[in-house]
Amino acid sequence: MARRSGSVWTGCGTVFMKEFADHLGSGRMRVLEWLVLLTGIGAVYTAIQDLKNTTSQDPFLFLRLFTNAHDPLPSFIAVLGFLIPLVAIGLGFDAVNGEFSRRTMSRILAQPVYRDALLMGKFFAGLATLTVALVTLWLLIIGLGLLTLGVPPSGEEVIRGIGFLIVSIAYGGLWLAVAMLCSVIFRAAATSALVALGIWLLMSVLWPLLSQFITNAIFPTTELNLIMGPSYEQIMLQETLARISPNTLYAESLLGIMHPTTRALGPVFMEQLEGAVMGNPLPLGQSFLLVWPQVTSLIAGVIVLFVAAYTVFQRQEVRA
Amino acid sequence: MAEATGDTVIAATGLRKLYGRKAAVDGIDLAIKRGEIFGLLGPNGAGKTTTILMLLGLTEASGGSITVAGFNPMREPLEVKRHVGYLPDSVGFYDNLTARENLRYTGRLAGIDREELDERISDGLRHVRLLEVGEQKVGTFSHGMKRRLGLAEVIMKRAAVAILDEPTSGLDPQATFEFLDMIRGLKADRVAVLLSSHLLDQVQAVCDRVALFNHGKIAIEGTVEKLSQQVLGGGYGVEIEATGSDLTRILGGISGVQRVTEEGPGKYRLVAARDVRAELGAAIVASGGALMRLDHIEPSLDTVYRHYFEGQQSEGQHGAA
Repeated sequence: MARRSGSVWTGCGTVFMKEFADHLGSGRMRVLEWLVLLTGIGAVYTAIQDLKNTTSQDPFLFLRLFTNAHDPLPSFIAVLGFLIPLVAIGLGFDAVNGEFSRRTMSRILAQPVYRDALLMGKFFAGLATLTVALVTLWLLIIGLGLLTLGVPPSGEEVIRGIGFLIVSIAYGGLWLAVAMLCSVIFRAAATSALVALGIWLLMSVLWPLLSQFITNAIFPTTELNLIMGPSYEQIMLQETLARISPNTLYAESLLGIMHPTTRALGPVFMEQLEGAVMGNPLPLGQSFLLVWPQVTSLIAGVIVLFVAAYTVFQRQEVRA
Repeated sequence: MAEATGDTVIAATGLRKLYGRKAAVDGIDLAIKRGEIFGLLGPNGAGKTTTILMLLGLTEASGGSITVAGFNPMREPLEVKRHVGYLPDSVGFYDNLTARENLRYTGRLAGIDREELDERISDGLRHVRLLEVGEQKVGTFSHGMKRRLGLAEVIMKRAAVAILDEPTSGLDPQATFEFLDMIRGLKADRVAVLLSSHLLDQVQAVCDRVALFNHGKIAIEGTVEKLSQQVLGGGYGVEIEATGSDLTRILGGISGVQRVTEEGPGKYRLVAARDVRAELGAAIVASGGALMRLDHIEPSLDTVYRHYFEGQQSEGQHGAA
């Protein structure tokens, strides 16, 4: 193929600003934000009720705001693990096919910009919208915590909180890339939304069950397992399978970052526990090191999906 | 900016586009100058839109060479798009934005300076008489207004080349008339206009030259008069409504008349080598007949088009038999 001239980034900023403004002003986004806000605040409120009794004992009080689950409500981060994909899909499912159905695509592509700029501008606009929403929510919760608990967060808690934000944005970016890939492949917005939501349900609800099922099929439970528990191979296989789902990666990352006492995300041998003081938190750096593979996998997933969307989009005929 | 040879802004030679093994466009040559309105005609699926997309660099050509405003659309698509304004056949806008905001977005994408942009948007809107509704949401616009807004975008871009795909399809007669007038305005600004259409009378009204597409090839090309000569054999056509006995023979006897056909009761059509209207009138009256109407048939693109494709069809049938 002939070499192209001109910058790939030409027009990217313009697309970004337009899409960003569209997202922030759209009714769809407002509905999704209220959904997240209400469920989030509900979870945090019940956490606060619990925490008021233990204020003096817990060194990581602020992290508890995010992780404390009080029946029947799940913890705030569990709520987010479920809702971030929904918001991301809502932002991205009609990104490309919407331009076709509005018949604006050929007009836009007749301007001196590459298709790359259009796709990237849209992706980053969606990511920026997610970031704004998450940061707002995060600050809101810290504010609530300050008001009701009366204790400021420690420096380490703030850094872990920022880590939580970064992981959440990467997780949202992954679902945004899924939604945009669907919007490139399917010309009808409804089909694209349904497929994206289907993938989301598969990954968040069915996949944990499926990974168990597949493990059982490959390593059938023996009598020894009934007495001793599952074998090392069984655990490893099941964990590897479960980690295909971004939801597992996200949950594990947050487990490491937001629960400082987490020492490992897989099976632990007795020898490894020698000399360990159980229940003591890990240092900050070690916690981040623990979740490093999970976080990089999430980011790698974003890149792979984006490249897939890009490749399909480049090959598409402009003629609607 | 590198100018192409002389005034030619679109030059294509041996342009081909294959979809699988089928050729949608099969070796066409085009040369269009500044200030010229060039029409692409032909039935649906003849390769008009594919040609347009290749000129814009939106579809990669399978063979041949193209130069648009001095650039190659395959190697320098951005430069080509900077100098070409494009109005697609199904033009759409963001309904939730105003007309101005829509133009501002494409203007920014086109790389027009911020300071200059508002001025140029107003300029474009004024040309298509949409200045008063510039602040209204495009969702409230009629089909014709959207098309005019599309033209405003082309004008705003101040492009050297304007490519209009079916610019008047779906417009009412009044809107069509106005729209064609705006296209003529582009010509006055020395813009090379390439338009595709199957509405022939409109093409005839506005185009300097036309190319008739058929199965991915340019069948015939030139001015409307040249085309009609080529296809119709270039006689002087006359239509007559008259009553009288044995008129066919009387009219056929006049010198210069080549052929007379009776098209209906009292309706005749004849082809002559020169303008024989005066002799015809005199002959009819002298024979005791009553002359109702005597009319010169303008060589219309419609006739050319129909004649050409009828000829094609009957040839095809002969070939099949």
